[in-house]
Amino acid sequence: MPDMNRYIKSVDTDWYKQRVIAMMMFVLVAFVALVVRLVYLQVVMGEDYYRLSMNNSIRLQTVDPPRGLILDRNGTKLAENRPSFDVSFTPKDAGDVLKVLAELSSHLKVAPEDLQQKVKHSRGLAAFRPVLLKQDIGRDTLAGVEARKIDMPGVSVQVRLRRNYLHGLNASHVIGYLGEISLDELKSGDHPGLKSGDYVGKFGVERTYERFLRGNPGGRQVEVNANGQIMRVLRTVSPKPGNNVHLTLDLELQELAERLLDGVAGAAVAIDPTTGFILALASSPTFNQNAFASGIASATWETLITNPYRPMENKAIQGEYPPGSTFKIVTALAGLEEKVIDENTTFECTGALHFAGRDYRCWKKEGHGRVDVRRALAESCDVFFYRVGQRLGVDRLAWYAKSFGLGARTGVALDQESRGLIPSSTWKKKRFGVPWQDGETLSISIGQGYVLATPLQMAMFVGAVGNGGIRHRPAILNRVESMEGEVVFQAVPQEIARLPVSARNLKMVQQGIWAAVNGDRGTARRVHLSDIEVSGKTGTSQVVGRKDVGDNYVPPHLLPHAWFVCYAPAAAPRIAVAVVVENGEHGSSAAGPISREMVKRYLRRLPGGQKVASEDIRVAYAGNG
Amino acid sequence: MFDRRLIHNFDWGLLLVVLLLAAIGLTTVYSAVTADPPPAVQKILFYKQIIWFALGTIVMIAAFSFNYRLLDRWAHPIYVACLLLLLGVVVFGKLAGGSRRWLVLGPIHLQPSELIKIAVVLVLAKYYSKDATTRGFTLRELARPILLTALPFGLIVMQPDLGTAGLVALLAVAITLFVKVEWRSLLMLVLPVGGILPVVWSMLKDYQKQRITTFLNPDHDPLGAGYHIIQSKIAIGSGLVTGKGFLQGTQNALSFLPEEHTDFIFSVLAEEWGAVGSMLLILLFLVLVLWGMNIAYRCRDPFGTLLAVGITSMLALQVSINIGMTMGLLPVVGVPLPLISYGGSSTLTVAICIGLLMNVSMRRFMVE
Repeated sequence: MPDMNRYIKSVDTDWYKQRVIAMMMFVLVAFVALVVRLVYLQVVMGEDYYRLSMNNSIRLQTVDPPRGLILDRNGTKLAENRPSFDVSFTPKDAGDVLKVLAELSSHLKVAPEDLQQKVKHSRGLAAFRPVLLKQDIGRDTLAGVEARKIDMPGVSVQVRLRRNYLHGLNASHVIGYLGEISLDELKSGDHPGLKSGDYVGKFGVERTYERFLRGNPGGRQVEVNANGQIMRVLRTVSPKPGNNVHLTLDLELQELAERLLDGVAGAAVAIDPTTGFILALASSPTFNQNAFASGIASATWETLITNPYRPMENKAIQGEYPPGSTFKIVTALAGLEEKVIDENTTFECTGALHFAGRDYRCWKKEGHGRVDVRRALAESCDVFFYRVGQRLGVDRLAWYAKSFGLGARTGVALDQESRGLIPSSTWKKKRFGVPWQDGETLSISIGQGYVLATPLQMAMFVGAVGNGGIRHRPAILNRVESMEGEVVFQAVPQEIARLPVSARNLKMVQQGIWAAVNGDRGTARRVHLSDIEVSGKTGTSQVVGRKDVGDNYVPPHLLPHAWFVCYAPAAAPRIAVAVVVENGEHGSSAAGPISREMVKRYLRRLPGGQKVASEDIRVAYAGNG
Repeated sequence: MFDRRLIHNFDWGLLLVVLLLAAIGLTTVYSAVTADPPPAVQKILFYKQIIWFALGTIVMIAAFSFNYRLLDRWAHPIYVACLLLLLGVVVFGKLAGGSRRWLVLGPIHLQPSELIKIAVVLVLAKYYSKDATTRGFTLRELARPILLTALPFGLIVMQPDLGTAGLVALLAVAITLFVKVEWRSLLMLVLPVGGILPVVWSMLKDYQKQRITTFLNPDHDPLGAGYHIIQSKIAIGSGLVTGKGFLQGTQNALSFLPEEHTDFIFSVLAEEWGAVGSMLLILLFLVLVLWGMNIAYRCRDPFGTLLAVGITSMLALQVSINIGMTMGLLPVVGVPLPLISYGGSSTLTVAICIGLLMNVSMRRFMVE
């Protein structure tokens, strides 16, 4: 190839030698530049830098950004910031360390030995660093310390913003709390710019929307004199406050739900079925978020996590319960859609269904007689739904339940949401290695057995039944605004799917559950309101099998869980509610009244909220009743 | 089997320079990790560094005990292996401080971006040594070396580790300029990069620039970066002529220096040993680099020459970038100071480099 052009010559060792010499020159130049710079820093500017280093005088102070507020849908403040005061001590500035600590201990009401323990390691150069002695001292203590500061050299007080929850016991599971950033969180890289000792959201909205709430820290480079006083600010970056987070919650409704659940374990969820926005998400028992504001005491934490009623669990999204008879809505819709039943199909209920050598009982021992689908829903006839389940088979039923949003996370923006469980024959084969038994289908069709749902899932589902079949993604965040009021984020209803059912079939089911509340023999007559038409379904989910306990005494922790799901006003719902009371025994008596009070409170306040049901729902039942 | 001439030709001078540098390195690491309380936790790093040097010695001996010309044949497999490791890091790597740089293999935390530097030198030396001409390489002939560099460069940027990625690119540029680029091709390469990039950059909005810089360098924070540079300059400057003395550096002791045992170790040395100590260090590095160049000068085999040039360029680049950064001449990027900074992967990589230089040096009279 080189022969093709006589100007191009193949290279030899001498050519390489020339190139190496050129490169050596290049290196020399670079190193001379380094040396020149070094001489400039150490010889020309050296004295200045030496002075700066000896005074140890340039300090970097971070200025924490105020965290965004959390508010409810009406602008009521749920979480704000309050100034708090921490006491620190710099041993090097103290002179007589023991004397200062003795004086300080009387103000802080901490034994002098404990204070000495904390500064024990601050010897040598470490004595230049302030040691944090006590966090969050009260105003009285602050006044005492400030007044005697002259006699306590080395003692300093820092102001720091701490979280204050104005309704510390309300919506605790939704709002959550802050905690000191953990080593893992620091390493994860999700929190750039934070250092150990900083607080981040650990639970609830405080955690999910950390990115909105946090803001950006500011800082100052300052030159200080020997007494630590600031001589000169070299550079300042002001902090950018976090954004305010407006939730979809209605504090009044939330408070009511929590008051009604007081004393029992359970959950109540209310949503707006027109948008999927969550109005209330209550879990009982609850906990006080303010206990977390400056690091929770380990004894308090211990009692919280060992409490048998699990206060730290958000039962509205983490609690999985068999949905009991509320699941009959699913079975009815599936049966109608698959045409295994229709409007006129009736089954005879004699109080039990004999199948595979065993009696599957109806809750009503004497039986319901001949019932159609509307009456079966209104009076919650178990036998009717056993028969529908038999005709459907478990896998068709499971397909409908799943496309109604059950057995999968709703996608609410809160951590640790449970999936619930919709069993199928392949699931059972995989889980237990044995084939599905037909008898199990009967249990599933009335919401017992393996099937599990969370209160939020059931609220979303019943809301979709009421609004004509639109499934929304539940939203907890309504709006995010900057401190200046600029809207950073505005939630819009997110439709994720439609219930795969015809309008006609949906209407039949709506009529059935309207009659459950408003009909003469409905199982939820207790929920009836004079001015608002509520449609709803009771549920009682077995903790132990009915045949295992029979009619004997049942200990309280084995009593069935009580369910109630509903929406109102029946024709054009503005609110849908799901309530679970653990071991509450009967849906109509334990969970129903809670739902009723929530519906009543919300709709009576809402303009146009008391609109009565349209005639067709009412008439249809009367015609068949 | 072992040729007596090899022992006779062994490069004792290079070994002496390296040992001196390693001794300075260990002393400085000791100071850097001791001053910062609590000492018990930190001191373990000093002992670990001793172990790294011990392992480095073994690696170095391994790197000169075979004939380096074998690497001409093995360059591509080695390169592909390193590239796969790098890909593994991007996919499975251990996340630390917002980037994935380490591959965790049991107790060993491997940083393949260190090894790839040597692999890039090998493949480029292999390619350029075959048909270098006095005219220089044309654009078309450069396509392959550019691809060989761009692959690891891209993967390292994805980690993201801007410092090492930039180093790999500069290293490739240095070797390429050494073998000469045909002048029209050079213009065509330099013009687009030099001409278009600033234009694009100036068209970006501030927040876009910010986003790019934070993406490339997650440690970057507007106040912190400037602060580190100020503190580093104070540390170096306050050393004056004779320094504050061993273990007496106040900047070091008060943790004003960021990453004092790795990236900013030069500041610790300059503060405690002053101009005398830092000049001595720079002089030793200069001797090391010129020694490496001299090995290239005396080598009579193009591959050996290019290997020595490449490795020496890598050392020279790391030294000037690291020291330049601590003195505020260059932006803050994570490039360790060879033989001085604490670190396993970087120490072992430097050991391989030294071993290969010795390899070329002691076999310069052996012609195949």
